[in-house]
Amino acid sequence: MWTRISKHHLFWPLVALLLLLLFNAVYNPGFFAIRVQSGHLYGSLIDILNFGSPLMLVAIGMTLVIATGGIDLSVGSMVAISGAMACLMISRSADQNSLGAVILAIALALGLSILLGLWNGLLVAGAGIQPIIATLILMVAGRGIAQLITSGQIITINSDPYRYIGMGWLLMLPFSIFIVAIVWLFTAWITRKTALGLFIESVGANPTASRLAGIGSRTVLLAVYMFCALCAGIAGLIVSSNVSGADGNNAGLWYELDAILAVVIGGTALTGGRFYLSGTIVGALIIQTLTTTIYTIGVPPEITLVVKALVVFAVCLIQSENFRGLFLSARRSRRVPADREVSRHA
Amino acid sequence: MSKRPILEMYGIHKRFYGFAALSNVSIRLFPGEVHALMGENGAGKSTLIKVLTGVYRIDEGRILLDDRELRVANPHEAQEAGIATVYQEVNLCPNLTVAENIFIGREPRRFGRILWKEMNRQADELLRSRLHVSIDVTQPLGSYSVAIQQLVAIARALSISARILILDEPTSSLDRHEVEQLFAVMRSLKEQGLAILFVTHFLDQVYEISDRITILRSGELVGEYLTSELSRIELVKHMIGKDLQVLNQLTERTDRSAARGQEPFLEAQGLGRSRQIEAFHLTIHRGEIVGFAGLLGSGRTEAARLLFGADRADRGHLRIAGEGRHPIEAPSQAIRQGIAFCSENRKTEGIIADLSVRENIILALQARRGWFRALSRKRQEEIADEYIRRINIHPKDPEIPVRNLSGGNQQKVLLARWLLMEPKLFILDEPTRGIDIGAKTEIQKLVLDLSDKGMAVLFISSELEEVIRVSDRIAVLRDRRLISMMEREEISQENVMKAIAGG
Repeated sequence: MWTRISKHHLFWPLVALLLLLLFNAVYNPGFFAIRVQSGHLYGSLIDILNFGSPLMLVAIGMTLVIATGGIDLSVGSMVAISGAMACLMISRSADQNSLGAVILAIALALGLSILLGLWNGLLVAGAGIQPIIATLILMVAGRGIAQLITSGQIITINSDPYRYIGMGWLLMLPFSIFIVAIVWLFTAWITRKTALGLFIESVGANPTASRLAGIGSRTVLLAVYMFCALCAGIAGLIVSSNVSGADGNNAGLWYELDAILAVVIGGTALTGGRFYLSGTIVGALIIQTLTTTIYTIGVPPEITLVVKALVVFAVCLIQSENFRGLFLSARRSRRVPADREVSRHA
Repeated sequence: MSKRPILEMYGIHKRFYGFAALSNVSIRLFPGEVHALMGENGAGKSTLIKVLTGVYRIDEGRILLDDRELRVANPHEAQEAGIATVYQEVNLCPNLTVAENIFIGREPRRFGRILWKEMNRQADELLRSRLHVSIDVTQPLGSYSVAIQQLVAIARALSISARILILDEPTSSLDRHEVEQLFAVMRSLKEQGLAILFVTHFLDQVYEISDRITILRSGELVGEYLTSELSRIELVKHMIGKDLQVLNQLTERTDRSAARGQEPFLEAQGLGRSRQIEAFHLTIHRGEIVGFAGLLGSGRTEAARLLFGADRADRGHLRIAGEGRHPIEAPSQAIRQGIAFCSENRKTEGIIADLSVRENIILALQARRGWFRALSRKRQEEIADEYIRRINIHPKDPEIPVRNLSGGNQQKVLLARWLLMEPKLFILDEPTRGIDIGAKTEIQKLVLDLSDKGMAVLFISSELEEVIRVSDRIAVLRDRRLISMMEREEISQENVMKAIAGG
């Protein structure tokens, strides 16, 4: 029973998350407390879910891309572009509070994101460029595009409907949590209830064999990069809604790295093949918890990155089977049997 | 000859996912001997080798090297201990040069700098003096044929000062001449006191080269015998554990030409691809088995790949079921036309190793249905169970990753994947390579049954006997050209050999 639990792909990520949460609870006894204030739930756990939502979204999309054996470095830039596009449209509209204008802005921003994903997909699947290079193009150029959209300025808006995306509340919970839940459930449904998940894993694990089995890997790749871009676009809406403005330079900066990390912590291998959506969510939560922890315990800003790196390092070690083996080898992975076992089989 | 074994393995147990791959297996290797390890697919041969070379850890048992407990945690440590291995499917890096492949990780160095010239010189000398092969060692390995790659893998094993050399199916992709070359090398190594563990499915080769035979069946030890004291029939009986009825089921074929449909299913007209295969004409009728005979590199595989669209033809066209069309551009298109293709490279072009047996079986069917018409989990399980039973895939658990199956069972999973599609033309490229007699017979029988039911089959094999046994007509290929088409009446071992050899 124990081995069945510990072999589950979520076991070690959850252990890491739990340790991080417990550390917080020891440091700050009120960490797990959740209080109701004017009909809304408040607390550190809620904050982690709320502030972690853009990362979770980006990481969900990244999971599928990585499962095909690819990688998408441009998600951070796409977060910026999508936010910039939406804010530009809203700032130009006559009435920033009009729901119609906000919906149009969102549609345009997401449409643009999907288009950018199509671009990535075409480079990878059509032109056969290695994903890391293909998406590097948009990672670099994307910042420029975002700046172009904002004309190099930070666009600020004042729109209540738009603010709701990142700051609104629904059923006592932050609205962004619902966005993540919907995207997550949709992704799980489309990959597990249709054959898309099987095709993604198959293409990622062995592209040649998949082609010979008749899978249109090109279509799969296009779809996956477009979906990843869409996820980044939604994350971009939340990020820009949180601050009611678009900063082409800094919105979504380094998200690609956090997202890749979340996916890997969640158990999906960078070589492609099997993927684990729930693992990715846990991975993203670990990273977000870490960020929150660093702020709450007041790590001096100049060494926050070092602390973050150390914790990530520790998380990776906990997950490494070989590393755990160093401690457990005496007990579990005995290479030589006891004498009485030998005599039994001699 | 020394009587003390250099290596002893006792009471080895190894379990995967609850099924025992090895239970209580023992084997001894003597210096200066070639020891053949025999058994059917899934008998545990590959597992035993992987245990010895540190790929897997044993659950129970002892391994003694020179009377001392041997503990190897990984293949590298096994090499250090003097155990070198050449695996069934070449495990080298095709994009590195031949010399780099031989010396990777052990390059001659001075002050940390790799001495490239020295390395190339040593590689060249090694190949020349011990394997009698002279090739340009600075070329990428991938630019050479599988046979040469195999010899390079052996050279790599030799360059490590090995005391035990394990050859896992080394001859399955070599032609007769290359096998002779290999055996010459093996004999000279034997005289130098090496212990050689030799795994093969070719009985002739076992009797030609080996001194001692250990037989495994279903993960258990049947026994150890001196080759000179074990008759072939006994050997086969021990391997398959039942009488030879199975073998006799494949008696001489009756004349089936009456049964063969006259309606052509596929007609290739001047189909070809530059530098791969010259333009050829080929007609395959419904219910007919066409064999491809020819040496390695004769263009057998290349021709078949054009028919399936695995490679794109750059000239000529195909008529399928009487409908003229341009060359098939992608496998998915061929599949829609009712063509199935089992590649000779099981590992790289066939199975998806990470996925389960169930997922591998339904893959092509699901691909044809598209994303949204997903087969329900229940239906998938029914299909998997049905085919596991029907073509006898072992172990019977459909949820095991295919990577954990033996080579022969992986091949059966691929057959299941395509049979499920109910193809009208089944292209089988080396379907029995690296497969034991029992499974080989099963597969041949399956092919005959299918063609009786109206399926057209294109059968490719380097084993001439096998091609002759199953084929209604044989196309002979030589030097990337289809040179002759033989009708049933003309087919005989001698005629086909003559055609292959040319003159």
